[in-house]
Amino acid sequence: MEIVDFIAAIEEEFEDLNPGDVSPNSVFRDMEGWSSMHALIFVALIDSKYDVLLNGDELKSCVTIKDLFDITFLKINGGGANT
Amino acid sequence: MAELILKHTAIKAIYSVVPKTVYKTHDYPYFSEDEAKMFAKTTGIVERRVAATNVTASDMCFKAAQTLLEDMNCYHEIDLLVFVTQSPDYFLPSSAAILQDKLGLPITCMAFDVNLGCSGYVHGLLLANRYLQQGGLRKVLLLAGDKSTISTHEQDKTAFPLFGDAGSATLLEYDPKGEDWFLDAGTDGSGAEAIIIEAGHSRMPYQSFEDQDIEVAPGVVRSKKHLAIDGMAVFNFALKNVPKSINNTLALAKITTDQLDYLVLHQANQLITDSIRKKMNVPQEKCPSSIGGFGNTSSASIPLTLCSELSEALKKERLCLLLCGFGVGFSWASLLLSTHNVATKLLEYD
Repeated sequence: MEIVDFIAAIEEEFEDLNPGDVSPNSVFRDMEGWSSMHALIFVALIDSKYDVLLNGDELKSCVTIKDLFDITFLKINGGGANT
Repeated sequence: MAELILKHTAIKAIYSVVPKTVYKTHDYPYFSEDEAKMFAKTTGIVERRVAATNVTASDMCFKAAQTLLEDMNCYHEIDLLVFVTQSPDYFLPSSAAILQDKLGLPITCMAFDVNLGCSGYVHGLLLANRYLQQGGLRKVLLLAGDKSTISTHEQDKTAFPLFGDAGSATLLEYDPKGEDWFLDAGTDGSGAEAIIIEAGHSRMPYQSFEDQDIEVAPGVVRSKKHLAIDGMAVFNFALKNVPKSINNTLALAKITTDQLDYLVLHQANQLITDSIRKKMNVPQEKCPSSIGGFGNTSSASIPLTLCSELSEALKKERLCLLLCGFGVGFSWASLLLSTHNVATKLLEYD
């Protein structure tokens, strides 16, 4: 599991995003027009791609894309992320 | 573990009713153009049907039931009427009692309401089976419907554009040669607050609080008498429990998803149903969706989907269906059943 693939999946999911728009340090809540709908799409995407279900509290604890990647990685492996 | 094998029951007819009035997602005044686009893409809801102020869930179910009973000519054989709803006419009496009289059913007919939402239709089928399978009752009329739009605040972007109104009537009868049905069901009341209308009943009577609109989040305004929904909690609940329940049901029946003709899910929103479908490895064409035209219609969403999407197949083919309702409570129920020669109608309420 690599963060570049994680970011590529996010950029593919949101049609307003182009390749290179998102970096590990991007604050996902700063996305244009961010809403609870975006949060659901993130959770659904992570569930379908990695079979990891993030709950509301886990999502709230994340600020950047890297945070999201790390928590997903931890839930899969219980170890550190390969960034 | 609530797993059951159900015997000797057949579904003879399913009729659904939706109001004529159409609300389009893109016309919702509290959405920007981008928000409307995002909402429609994610939930799948392009438009939904909304009942007039003076029309209740029982009115829509009445029309479905009256038309069905006329077509089937079986008024005097109905021994039980079950009305699944969370939007009854009154605090008391039960709407089922009113419907028994209004429909002209015999006074020997039992009638009661069941207070369940999105999982209610499947629980209703189970109840009908429990009464029918010993052969004591002849026919059961299962009504399932909700007027959810009465509970949502117009300025609540998370709830108002999500729900539509609908009613349904399903006729079941004792069938000694009927194939077995298989059920898995459960409840997780720890999620009670994820979908809730706090005020209006015993815990918080209307007279005990000031009915004040509050902006609970940007663009989300409601009071305690309105329905509040925590989309993230619902998504987590559904993805955690529904695939498991479907798998339990399939295991009980000793079949796999590729032996199903259709997986008919409660129409919560497209993101949830697609996520469940993909987890179950069921192709899109085997998982009918009606949410685009009707929104989330609570207890009526499964019968409405059957009428709107599978009408011809239900009439002409022998089908192996897995129905799964899930939502408020949290509560869920999955039922694998076979159908043959089921009459269906989709009607509009003027």
